[in-house]
Amino acid sequence: MSVVASNLVWGVRRKRIVSDVSLSVAQGETLGLIGPNGSGKSSLLRLLAGLRRPQSGRVEISGQDISQIPRRALARQLAFVQQNAATDTNVSVRDVVRLGRTPHRSALSGWSAVDELAVASALERVDMTDRRAQPWQTLSGGERQRVHIARALAQSPRVMFLDEPTNHLDIHHQIEILRMVRDLDLTSIVALHDLNLAALFCDRIAVLQNGVLVACGRPAEVLTQSLLRDIFRVQAEVNNIDQTGRPHIRFKTG
Amino acid sequence: MTPSDETGSGAGWLALFLVLVLAVLAFAVALATAIGDYSIGLRTVTLAITNGLGLTGADIPPIEESVVWDLRLSRALVAALAGAGLAICGAILQALLRNALAEPFVLGVSAGASTGAVCVIVLGIGAGSLSLSAGAFAGAFAAFALVAILSNGATSGPNHTILAGVAASQLFNALTSYVVTTSGNAQQARDVMFWLLGSFGGVRWPDFQLLCAVVICGLAICLWMARALDAFTFGDEDAAALGVPVARIRLILFAVTAMMTATIVSMVGSIGFVGLVVPHAARHLVGPLHLRLLPACAAVGAVFMVLADIASRVIVAQQTIPIGVVTALVGVPFFAIILYRSRPQT
Ligand SMILES: Nc1ncnc2c1ncn2[C@@H]1O[C@H](COP(=O)(O)OP(=O)(O)O)[C@@H](O)[C@H]1O
Ligand SMILES: [Mg+2]
Repeated sequence: MSVVASNLVWGVRRKRIVSDVSLSVAQGETLGLIGPNGSGKSSLLRLLAGLRRPQSGRVEISGQDISQIPRRALARQLAFVQQNAATDTNVSVRDVVRLGRTPHRSALSGWSAVDELAVASALERVDMTDRRAQPWQTLSGGERQRVHIARALAQSPRVMFLDEPTNHLDIHHQIEILRMVRDLDLTSIVALHDLNLAALFCDRIAVLQNGVLVACGRPAEVLTQSLLRDIFRVQAEVNNIDQTGRPHIRFKTG
Repeated sequence: MTPSDETGSGAGWLALFLVLVLAVLAFAVALATAIGDYSIGLRTVTLAITNGLGLTGADIPPIEESVVWDLRLSRALVAALAGAGLAICGAILQALLRNALAEPFVLGVSAGASTGAVCVIVLGIGAGSLSLSAGAFAGAFAAFALVAILSNGATSGPNHTILAGVAASQLFNALTSYVVTTSGNAQQARDVMFWLLGSFGGVRWPDFQLLCAVVICGLAICLWMARALDAFTFGDEDAAALGVPVARIRLILFAVTAMMTATIVSMVGSIGFVGLVVPHAARHLVGPLHLRLLPACAAVGAVFMVLADIASRVIVAQQTIPIGVVTALVGVPFFAIILYRSRPQT
């Protein structure tokens, strides 16, 4: 399913947080969303997921305006992994992943084999199957992140938005998770901080600065020395060492 | 299998648990009916009840039959329903407000009820046409309406709603104190005080019927929304991302809990602690999923309240201690144990 945003504007009081952002992601494509802290990545993802109503502009999924789709129907198509979802409730890993089935179940329907399969394979995908009975509170930050991703997978979505999913993850799981997102038959938008990982795993990269989309294109086109200097205020050397044309960034101190 | 599994032996465990608790409840109700200034044997109690239900035609003294059926049974059953209702409301509010300290009175309902009650008892508003219960109910809903307005229909986040509840409680408690201290005589002040701490004295079958309807409807609505309640585990926005119509669910459930709490408070006073402690205890027993937690809360709350009612009548001979005092006296140590056992393992 394709995701098309046109002229999204959102802000609070006088402050513009997302300014006139338009982008489109094709079926099956993985779009990386990068930008400095506070550039509006999370806000943009919330608009795209329909959790905030834009002041103007609209978001379409497969050509349908998401403000016209009922919440539950939307949640069957679209999953959103938030940045810092936390709870005080004493739930187990399995309980959390089961929540992903919420949009597929009616008030009284039982737990079906399809539900069970979705939960089991989601746990397997993030490598948490043998931890399924563990209390959520006792998980490490990275494990919690993986459980959230499993929950989103259990939703069986066609479109997935992930807000900095690789924070707290060790390098192995960073690569595993991004590889999985890329290889799944999903249309996805991933907010990332690690520019090298973005270059490796994203089909295209969108760059936000102060709520404005300043660049969008293939990694090699976007991740240039001058962009890194202007947007991220770092000195870096960009090499296209990979035969696939994916750039590699080396940061320079001083 | 952990109790949090909804399927397989998980469901079997819940069923077993509920059957067990209901058996204990039946016994507790019979006990509550037997004990009193005029104590009646358990056999007579059972026969009087089955006679009343038209199941048997046993020959027992009419006085005893009347005491059991007309006075004590209705009282015990109202106690059970009040305990069940308060526990359900506590569990719902703890989930919606994502706060372990939330309880049925957090939205100002009991403070409002007390103001309504003193307006009737002390100020004589309604000139005798209004009952204490009606005044309390009106006050409770006034407080709830104020909280709803202060928190923009509960759309401004859990903490905002809790603060609105605190503000409303303070306001109505102040109004109550003001009325009591400025115009009440000592006896009226004592009456109000007693009523506030809760009492099942004087409840009869019509009270039972009303409460039964309210609690059963409330429980049914809450069970219908149990899955949605689970989705609030990681907050409102997360629930929305899981397809839950957050604003609608929250408004309906706040209204349902306010309705249940207001009915209970206006009937038997504001009995504290049950709505706070029982959900935590029930969560320990059956896990956090609401489809099993809510029935468990209802069952445990009912037993707890009936036992508390018995205790309130037997601790001091010839005297009934306010039920709110008993629930706190029994509840606090119990709660301490739970807190101790669930302390973070560091
Ligand atoms: N509800 C809000 N009220 C006020 N300011 C907000 C709100 N949401 C986001 N912001 C501000 O908007 C900017 C962008 O935030 P965010 O989208 O979280 O950035 P990012 O995810 O790129 O770090 C930040 O400066 C943040 O403080
Ligand atoms: Mg962010």
